[in-house]
Amino acid sequence: MLIVEAIILSVIAASTPLLLAAAGELVVERSGVLNLGVEGMMIMGAACGFAGAFLSGSTFVGALTGIAAGMALSFVFAVLTLGLAVNQVAAGLALTILGIGLSGLIGASFVGQKIVPAPHLYIPGLSDIPVAGKILFAQDGFVYFSVLLVVGIWWFLYRTRGGLILRAVGDSHTSAHALGYPVLKIRLMAVLFGGGCAGLAGAFLPLAYTPFFIPGMTAGRGWIALALVVFSSWLPGRLVAGAYLFGAVSILQLHAQALGLGIPSQLMTSLPYLATVIVLVIISRARGSAGSVAPASLGVVFVPDR
Amino acid sequence: MQLVLEKRAERSTFIALASPLLAIVLTLVTISILLLALGKNPLAALYVYFIEPLTDPYTLMEIAVKASPLVMIAIGLSLCYLANVWNIGAEGQFIMGAVTGSYLAVVTNGSDVGHWLVIVMLIMGALGGALWALIPAICRVRFGANEILTSLMLVYVADLIMDYLVRGPWRDPKGMNFPTTASFDPSATVPVILDGGRLHAGVIVTLAVVVIAAVMLGRTIKGFEIRVVGAAPRAARFAGFKSDRLVIFTFLISGALAGLAGIIEVAGPVGVLQPGISPGYGFTAIIVAFLGRLNPLGILIAGLFLALTFIGGEGAQISMKIPLDLTKVFQGVLLFYVLACDSLILYRIRLIGSQPKTA
Repeated sequence: MLIVEAIILSVIAASTPLLLAAAGELVVERSGVLNLGVEGMMIMGAACGFAGAFLSGSTFVGALTGIAAGMALSFVFAVLTLGLAVNQVAAGLALTILGIGLSGLIGASFVGQKIVPAPHLYIPGLSDIPVAGKILFAQDGFVYFSVLLVVGIWWFLYRTRGGLILRAVGDSHTSAHALGYPVLKIRLMAVLFGGGCAGLAGAFLPLAYTPFFIPGMTAGRGWIALALVVFSSWLPGRLVAGAYLFGAVSILQLHAQALGLGIPSQLMTSLPYLATVIVLVIISRARGSAGSVAPASLGVVFVPDR
Repeated sequence: MQLVLEKRAERSTFIALASPLLAIVLTLVTISILLLALGKNPLAALYVYFIEPLTDPYTLMEIAVKASPLVMIAIGLSLCYLANVWNIGAEGQFIMGAVTGSYLAVVTNGSDVGHWLVIVMLIMGALGGALWALIPAICRVRFGANEILTSLMLVYVADLIMDYLVRGPWRDPKGMNFPTTASFDPSATVPVILDGGRLHAGVIVTLAVVVIAAVMLGRTIKGFEIRVVGAAPRAARFAGFKSDRLVIFTFLISGALAGLAGIIEVAGPVGVLQPGISPGYGFTAIIVAFLGRLNPLGILIAGLFLALTFIGGEGAQISMKIPLDLTKVFQGVLLFYVLACDSLILYRIRLIGSQPKTA
């Protein structure tokens, strides 16, 4: 029983950064912008988040600095792609390279330092329930927040006027513009929101996952988050399932290795990527007949004419 | 008051020429500020970065060795991007080229079979890269799946395939358990063409690719087709150009070139197949392609310039203790400025009052 509990706890810990980053990117892509710089914003969030927490002694301040770092980087992306109508793929890649480099410079002086990891918040009463209580109600703040975040995003996208406008902008920016909605402003907000989420996801790693910072510690999680958004076909509900599936695979791969199951660990690790390709093919095939697939204006540059 | 973009009536030729230079100047200014913040003398650091590597024959050769894969991959990518096809998985195609090409080197290891071997390896490497690139191309043409995401996902799969092979079936039995194949035989190695360095015959192949691409883009129907489909898809349809066929074609070419670059790298400077054969060449090549504005000659210059930053960065780390990460920052910032300045070719920035004019 204890091993199962430990595995579930480690799956939750592995899934949380994926969920946080992917939730932000989902909103960005729903607004019609493809920001491939998630990995760069995450690693900046990790470096600045750790720096903030180390200098202030507070996890909360660390999380806020992480968010700010992610947003700052995403603002650069927004200036280029929204303000100057630059190609989003190229700008996103530049963002990743820049983020990896800058985080290395910022984080260099913090390598080898340790902080107190984020405290686990025990919900009174509920956390005393055997097994389930410890798994569900004794997590750190990041885990609770990630779930709340996705619920909030779902509510925003499907139950508010703002969400409807955001989806309209993502599906047809010309129509939304013709109706008088400020396409670029809405996209700017979405990009900043996505940057903040990616920064927080990155900050989770040194603040809660491991209590120290190492350069490049995001290790491709930003790219997995991008895959997740596609995998979930841009639906918040599926995003949670997908994040936990991807998280579980990454943990099971470690255990499969330890148990000597004879399956190459590389095959296990590659499953999420292969699954993403397959899902992408299936949902693209269904386009036209079934409804919800990629936002129609995804990645298309928009220059309003006056 | 508000800043807005306004489409120019025609491309500005002056800015088209000035924009890369402006981007480089802006980058140098930004990096100098960053160097000051790091407590280093910017002028001394920039000298180590950009001038010192040019003063020594060995580092000059190293620049060519480093630029060769970047240029070769970027040429292929530029064909894709010109045709509005977004292959960003060149890193995976590079690795699969290295893997398929290495197969012969691994199975013939120890039996000196003759110099034709390396030629066959290069062909197999190009085929391997092309086949790997064919997957996202077919997904796009047959199912409409976004090629940006599929080609990117396959990078990780390729990396894991190589990882499996060099840790499993292809591992050097005498390699002390290190994840690497046995060193390639001389007959499976791309020969060095100048003494005293690592300058290899692959550099000549890259130069040939640049010339062929320049001729193809400027002088053939295929090149015209690529540019028309990218610039004006509707006009291309009326002209009878099949965009699906072009997706397959550009993916195959760029995959083959990335694969060729991969096997040349492995059979040349590296000499074994092992994890980490590429310090992100496939991704850096995207910067090279844009920095060279998708023009073969421009890409050659851009590739040499980025190679210079790599070599200069290594030098700066040794002599001035400047972190290697600064090279990445430099490349990211440079690409940002290049993209931003390029946007000025098509648009002008206007400052307008909050009251829209009714003219």
